[in-house]
Amino acid sequence: MSKDPDLSINIGKLKLHNPLVLASGVLGTSASLLYRAARSGAGAVTAKSCGPEARAGHPNPVMVEWEGGLLNAIGLTNPGAKEEVALLKETKRQLAATGIPLFASIFAGTPEEFGLVAGIIAEADPDLIEVNISCPNVRGDFGTPFAADEHSAALVTRAVKEAVGITPIAVKLAPNVPNIGRIAAAVVNAGADAITAINTMPGMVIDAEACQPVLTNRTGGISGPALKPIALRCVAEIAKTVDVPIIGTGGVITGMDAIEMILAGAKAVGVGSAYWYRGPEAFRLIIEEMKAFMIDHDIQSLEDIRGKAVRR
Amino acid sequence: MKADFFTVKIKRTVKLNHRTIWVEMNQTLDAQPGQFVMAWLPGVGERPFSIAGSAPLCLLVVDVGPFSQAIHQLKPGDTLWIKGPLGHGFSLLGDAAILAGGGYGAAPLWPLAQLALSQGMNVQVCLGARSKADLLLCDAFEEIGCELTLATEDGSAGETGLVTGVVEKILKSKKIDGLYACGPTGMLTALASLAKTYNFPYQLSWEALMRCGMGLCGSCEVPQTCDPALPPGWLACFDGPVFRYP
Repeated sequence: MSKDPDLSINIGKLKLHNPLVLASGVLGTSASLLYRAARSGAGAVTAKSCGPEARAGHPNPVMVEWEGGLLNAIGLTNPGAKEEVALLKETKRQLAATGIPLFASIFAGTPEEFGLVAGIIAEADPDLIEVNISCPNVRGDFGTPFAADEHSAALVTRAVKEAVGITPIAVKLAPNVPNIGRIAAAVVNAGADAITAINTMPGMVIDAEACQPVLTNRTGGISGPALKPIALRCVAEIAKTVDVPIIGTGGVITGMDAIEMILAGAKAVGVGSAYWYRGPEAFRLIIEEMKAFMIDHDIQSLEDIRGKAVRR
Repeated sequence: MKADFFTVKIKRTVKLNHRTIWVEMNQTLDAQPGQFVMAWLPGVGERPFSIAGSAPLCLLVVDVGPFSQAIHQLKPGDTLWIKGPLGHGFSLLGDAAILAGGGYGAAPLWPLAQLALSQGMNVQVCLGARSKADLLLCDAFEEIGCELTLATEDGSAGETGLVTGVVEKILKSKKIDGLYACGPTGMLTALASLAKTYNFPYQLSWEALMRCGMGLCGSCEVPQTCDPALPPGWLACFDGPVFRYP
C-alpha cells in the first residue's frame, strides 16, 4: 500500500500545500470569499483583477452556460487599486493562520499604468502578483490585449517587475495568439517569475429567438470544459519553451483534468468554473480525485509526472 | 441544471396594485418555493425574480426601474427569456409556520403557503408595507386558508408599524415550528435577531445585487453584518437565496 501522495508544490519560494489555485475572477471580490475558497481546499487563492480606477463592469446578462462551457463578460468589475489594497490586507490577515498564499491580480491600459497599479498593490504585500494582460472583455476600454504581441507583453512585464521589487509576478497569457511560446519567452526574458496560462477564449453565444448575442457585451470569454483542450495545448507549448512555473488554467473541473494539466507541464492548476459545475466542495473533490489517481498509478509526487505526456 | 435561457410566452398579466403586476406564463417550471429565475429581455437587461408560482410559472413584478417597466409593457403572447430555477429555496419543518413578507417579499411566500397548507400545516402569514396600497396578495393568502396579520407604516391597514412587530407578538404567544421570511435587508436582519431571541428556527430569503446568478462573480455576497449566523462569503444566488438557521 503506497503512502498518501504528496500534492505540495513550489512556485519559486512559495510553498503551496496542493497545486490548486483559485483562478482570478471567481469569488475573489472580498476577503470573506477568498477566505472561504481557501478554507474549502485551495492551495492558493487569487483576487479578482483590479485596475487603476473603480469599474462597475458590464450590464447584465454577464454570464451564460452553453453546451460546452460558460461564457462571461463581467467587465473587470473592481474597486480600484487603492481600495483593493485594503481588501488584500484584510484577506492576508484572515488567511494568516492557514498558511495559504494570496495572489493579487492587476490590469491597466498602458505599461506605465501597469507599473503604477503594481506599485500600489505591492503595498498590500501579496504573495504573488498576477499580471492580467489578456482579459478578452474590455477591448473598447483597454485596446487589444497586451498578450497579443510579444513586444507589448514584455513592456508590461518589465514595468510591473520594476515597480514591485521582490514580489514574484506571474503573467497571464491569452490563448488566441499565433505562437504562445514566443509570448511566454518574451515575458520570461522581461522578468516574469511564472506564467498563468490561459485566460478565457473569446467567444459569442447567440440566442436565435432573440436574434442577438446573449451577453450585453455581445462577446465574452469561454471557460469550462470547452477551454481545457485549448489550455492543455498552450501549457504544453509554454512548457517546451520556458522553464518558469506554469499555473495551468482552463476547464479544470475534475481531478483527472488537473492531472492532465500537470502532465502537459503545469506546476500549479487554476480552478474557476468548477465552482459552478461541482459546487462549493469543488477543491476538495478535485484533490480527492487527484490523490485517488496518484495512488492507483503509484505516483508519489506531482513532480514525477510533470510534463510527462508531452516530453519526447 | 443548465444555466442558459429558454423562452416562455406571457399568458396573462394582472394588475395587483398601483405599481405591481402578476405575470403568468404559458408553461410550468419544476422549482421549489424560494428559488429564483433570471429574466432577460433582449436589449433591455436581465434581473433576478423570486418564483411566485411554478405551475404555471408566475412572477410578481414591481415597477422599480427600466427593466420592470419593460415587463409591465408585455402583452399576452409576448416572449420572456428565463434562466433557472436557480439557488436553494425553503424547506418546510413541523406543523406550524409563520410566513413574514415585506412589500414584494410576499412573492416567494405565496407558493410556500400553498405547499404548507397542502401538507396540512397551520400557516400564519404576516405582511407589511408602507401603506395599504402597497400590500400584496392579502386576499389570495386569506382565500386559501392562511391566518393573515397586516402591518403598515402609516397605519392605513392592520397594525401601525413594521411587520417585525406583529411577528414578535405571534412568536411570544404561539407555538411555531419555523419562521419563513422575505423582504428588505433591514427587516430580515431584525427577524433573524428576533428568531434567535425566542429560539425559533428560521429561513430567510435574502435579496442582493445579482450579476452572474451562478455563484462565480461574487456580487451577491450577504455579509455577516446582516445576520451573524451567516457563514463568511455567503452568496445569495448560489448558497441561497434562502438561509436556514439552525
